Amino acid sequence: MTIAAPQPKANMGQPVPRYDAVPKVTGQAQYAADMPLANPAYAYLVTSAIAKGRIDGFDLSDARKVRGLIDIVTHENAEKLKEPKLFGNGGYMSTTIQPLASAEIAQDGQIIAVVLADTFEAAREAAHRVKVSYTAATPTASFDSPGTTSARAKGQLSQFKEDPKVGDFADAFARADVKLVASYETPTQHHNPMELFATSCVWSGGQLTIYEPSQYVHGLKNGVAEQLGIDADKVRVINPYVGGAFGSKGSVTPRTAIIAAIARKLNRPVKLVATRDQGFTIATYRAETRHVIQIGASHDGRLVALRHEGAEISSRADPYAVGGTKITTRLYACLNVDSMVSIVRADRNTPGFMRSPPEVPYLFALESAMDELAFKLDMDPIELRRVNDTMNEPIGNKPYTSRSLMACFDEGARAFGWSKRSMRPRTVTDGDWLVGHGCAATCYPTQMAPAAARVRLQRDGRARVEIAGHEIGNGAYTVIAQAAADRLGIPYEKVTVAIGDSDLPPAPVAGGSNSTASTCSAVEMVCGQVRQRLFKALMPNEGLVDKTKETVGMGQTPVTQAAQSGQPLDREKAFDALGISIVEEYGEWKPEGAPLDSFRAMHDGKMRMVGGSEMKDRIAYAFGAEFVEVRINRWTHEIRVPRLVGAFACGRIMNPRTARSQLMGGLIWGMSSALLEATEIDERTARYVNDNLADYLLPVNADAPGVEVILLPEQDDRIDPAGVKGLGELGNVGTNAAVCNAIFNATGQRIRKLPVRLENIEA
Amino acid sequence: MRAFIFQRATDPSAAVQALAAAASANSPLTEAAVQPLAGGTTLLDLMKLDVMRPATLVDINPLAGNWSTIDFDGGNLKLGALARMSDVAAHPQVRQHYPVIADSLRLAASPQLRNMATLGGNVLQRTRCSYFRDVSYSACNKRHPGSGCAAMEGFNRTHAVLGTSDQCIATYPGDFAQALMALDATVEITAKSGVRTMPFAELHKAPGRSPEIETVLAPGELVSAFTIAGRWPRSLYLKARDRQSYEFALASAAVALDVQDGVVRDGRIALGGVATVPWRVREAEVMLKDQRLDEALAARAADAAFSAAVPRRNNAFKIDLGKRVVARALQQAATMEIRA
Repeated sequence: MTIAAPQPKANMGQPVPRYDAVPKVTGQAQYAADMPLANPAYAYLVTSAIAKGRIDGFDLSDARKVRGLIDIVTHENAEKLKEPKLFGNGGYMSTTIQPLASAEIAQDGQIIAVVLADTFEAAREAAHRVKVSYTAATPTASFDSPGTTSARAKGQLSQFKEDPKVGDFADAFARADVKLVASYETPTQHHNPMELFATSCVWSGGQLTIYEPSQYVHGLKNGVAEQLGIDADKVRVINPYVGGAFGSKGSVTPRTAIIAAIARKLNRPVKLVATRDQGFTIATYRAETRHVIQIGASHDGRLVALRHEGAEISSRADPYAVGGTKITTRLYACLNVDSMVSIVRADRNTPGFMRSPPEVPYLFALESAMDELAFKLDMDPIELRRVNDTMNEPIGNKPYTSRSLMACFDEGARAFGWSKRSMRPRTVTDGDWLVGHGCAATCYPTQMAPAAARVRLQRDGRARVEIAGHEIGNGAYTVIAQAAADRLGIPYEKVTVAIGDSDLPPAPVAGGSNSTASTCSAVEMVCGQVRQRLFKALMPNEGLVDKTKETVGMGQTPVTQAAQSGQPLDREKAFDALGISIVEEYGEWKPEGAPLDSFRAMHDGKMRMVGGSEMKDRIAYAFGAEFVEVRINRWTHEIRVPRLVGAFACGRIMNPRTARSQLMGGLIWGMSSALLEATEIDERTARYVNDNLADYLLPVNADAPGVEVILLPEQDDRIDPAGVKGLGELGNVGTNAAVCNAIFNATGQRIRKLPVRLENIEA
Repeated sequence: MRAFIFQRATDPSAAVQALAAAASANSPLTEAAVQPLAGGTTLLDLMKLDVMRPATLVDINPLAGNWSTIDFDGGNLKLGALARMSDVAAHPQVRQHYPVIADSLRLAASPQLRNMATLGGNVLQRTRCSYFRDVSYSACNKRHPGSGCAAMEGFNRTHAVLGTSDQCIATYPGDFAQALMALDATVEITAKSGVRTMPFAELHKAPGRSPEIETVLAPGELVSAFTIAGRWPRSLYLKARDRQSYEFALASAAVALDVQDGVVRDGRIALGGVATVPWRVREAEVMLKDQRLDEALAARAADAAFSAAVPRRNNAFKIDLGKRVVARALQQAATMEIRA
């Protein structure tokens, strides 16, 4: 055991090495753009230099002179594609702004031409030689720009269900002993995965193969088929590895069908690798948000009234919103709660999912406000959380399936040395540095979605698992192999896993932190089917149990008690009794509460996710507590974070190594979301200014010298059969609030707008 | 990036011949059709971004045999223009006698870049102004004289407050040049006509009415070496930036002091991250002369250093920040321990 591979505690799997570690560190892993293609044409995008207006015309004469040029596709000669429908409104697409459909420009960096050439270099050079003339209109950039329109999220977006409320907020707030009203802001941020937005399309006999990094190969397959107007069975998406995604590769972006249509017309494979700056506008992002929090509390710290109002930027075309009030209204005990989320439209590309989409901005507001309230009450902020801890969420009074929030605070506090913290701000210095400590809660919904798997077991003890899951750095290969090895009673090294291919049994989007819970539940179920075949050969008389009544996961193949249990299996004897050498099973699993059309939707690449706050009789969340030490240089006001500590409880931990890695990356991301990451918008032109990795600041190693992850044992039998709570998006929630709470502790200055730059620190 | 011809220069005269071939009287070095290639850490980026479009690159790395010297003769220092940043930063005598040089190099870029980048290329690196580096913005007086400046009323947090004009506010991004300014370095320039030297402080040109002209170098001229007279053990480089490493300065100060019996005999201050060119502040330096350096004097000198500053919408903080950086750097230099 090492720091990277922590000793498993109760209800944790072994920290086996990553399944894909060797191919990745030796460069053998083939990402989408690495896939060898026969004689490809290289595509290079031309994107708009204005955010609103229309294209008057192109001058392509200079571009056409470039040797190796094949074609230049613009709205004047592009194939017309089918009308797109937004992912959050029941479709597949990240945006309904359809490029190359007309001369209209609806956003900065809209794709306006695709240049095709025999080499990447020729395509790029020709693209640089394309001249475009525009008639520009004055765009609306963001909240404070003239020309925004605002409306409640409810009713615009099917993904946003309700504005939670309970009791009488106004009355309770008016009569509260202690009141806090505060406004908070979070910035525009882009995912910036290392791997760029690449797409290669190959047609063969009417069959389309797409190599593209995707968090949802079945969504991409069906979405592209719909846009092209062809049968989804004619489309295959392959991506064995995704080089980071963070939500940006979950829904279908317009580029894919465009490239597919061009490849079909050219009758030649086409390869696109969009540039880093194009990635800021041809995909999604985390939109800027604004919040007003009102809290009323009694003198002993109990919340009596809470109101959270959020506003989010979206495009003119689409009503996207993350709507994080569903958790901020349910996190703490409070009898009188009110909330409202609005969508503010501007001339921007459509935002989308970005790691913990609702939680990052909305918990920044709530967890900052809780710290402010604690200071007002002269209470330790952890004690304030303890006073308001609850096993029932206040809106519908549904019980949490498990909740270890305070255990996380206590474990984290011990490791961090919280008891030595000064309650009074600006009292600790170390040479030129002001030192401050802060904390915040994190939580993330436990979500599951239907998934299918095929499992093959050989007499010699080797197994192959097929499921169209996604390796986005999360450790999907590893935990799927572990789940199968565990259920089949074979060594981890004997399991082969095939994922990232839409020809495999469908798995849900690798989003909403549902992957491990969904894929491992499905794989464990199908492994049970395999065991059933073998047990039946050995114990022909054992009766079947009716799984539909006994467990979650309806409509599953019934298996006997022996196959379900951990009872050891004499594999070779069973195979001999069967008289064959391979057993292969396919199964479809769905979580309890999944709608009736779940399996059909699963094959159609449509999400039917359940969990979190949207279950009928319970609420399921993973929790954690995060602690931050900041140091602020009293001369330069530079802000540094020498220590990040997070304690997390997430049900069964499949692998402490991959779990720790995810949570550690999350903590660093969370710190980064407070201090570094922000996309700057030129207010006059509604264009992104710092659209590159030099100017869009991400933390380097020197910015995160000390990160400690503590995994708490937790068992939850009321979520999914695997007992897993998603943790991929747990680590980076609340960190931003913990950073600002620490800055307050260091300086006495409360900062309510992110990111915090050195110029925001007063003397 | 446009297709280009790649040539390799085998000796200095061949290099300057090749570079001078396409020289035209009106063309600034940065727009010349023939460009020298050393470490390539700036030029290749700008070519990929279509900001620079040279027809020919002349690889001058083969000249490194003669041009990468790090020579300390006990009293003076000579640095070849093709010396790599990392080699100079790690050189024991540079670290001992010229900490401001070692610091300015060590705190710049990343180890990978410092291993590639040369001193000559470093002092000539071009601005990081986002509007300059993105050709989709048509207004940039550096790229297209007379087209305007998108940064002036745009997002200009990282832009300059000193040495600006109504044509350009792009910040000079380097660190090492500030050290050279503070140490009164001489720059050696090799041209077709021979080798000449001049004060390093005269190399860069503030934007004025011609922001496209960034140095006095003509096409065909190469920076070949830097020399520094005397030793400056009481010197340092203080750099304030958004992250701990791999980041340009928001404000920085190169400071060198000659202190005898507690009195400043000679004090030098150059500023980075705040000005359009490497920026020496003599008006602050004169205040130090023959004085005992205390907190109040450091603050007064810092105020003087920024007396001419002109803020824009997002960068006004740099004035206050810059003053604190100067004041802190002066005090640190005054009290630093000198290795014998």
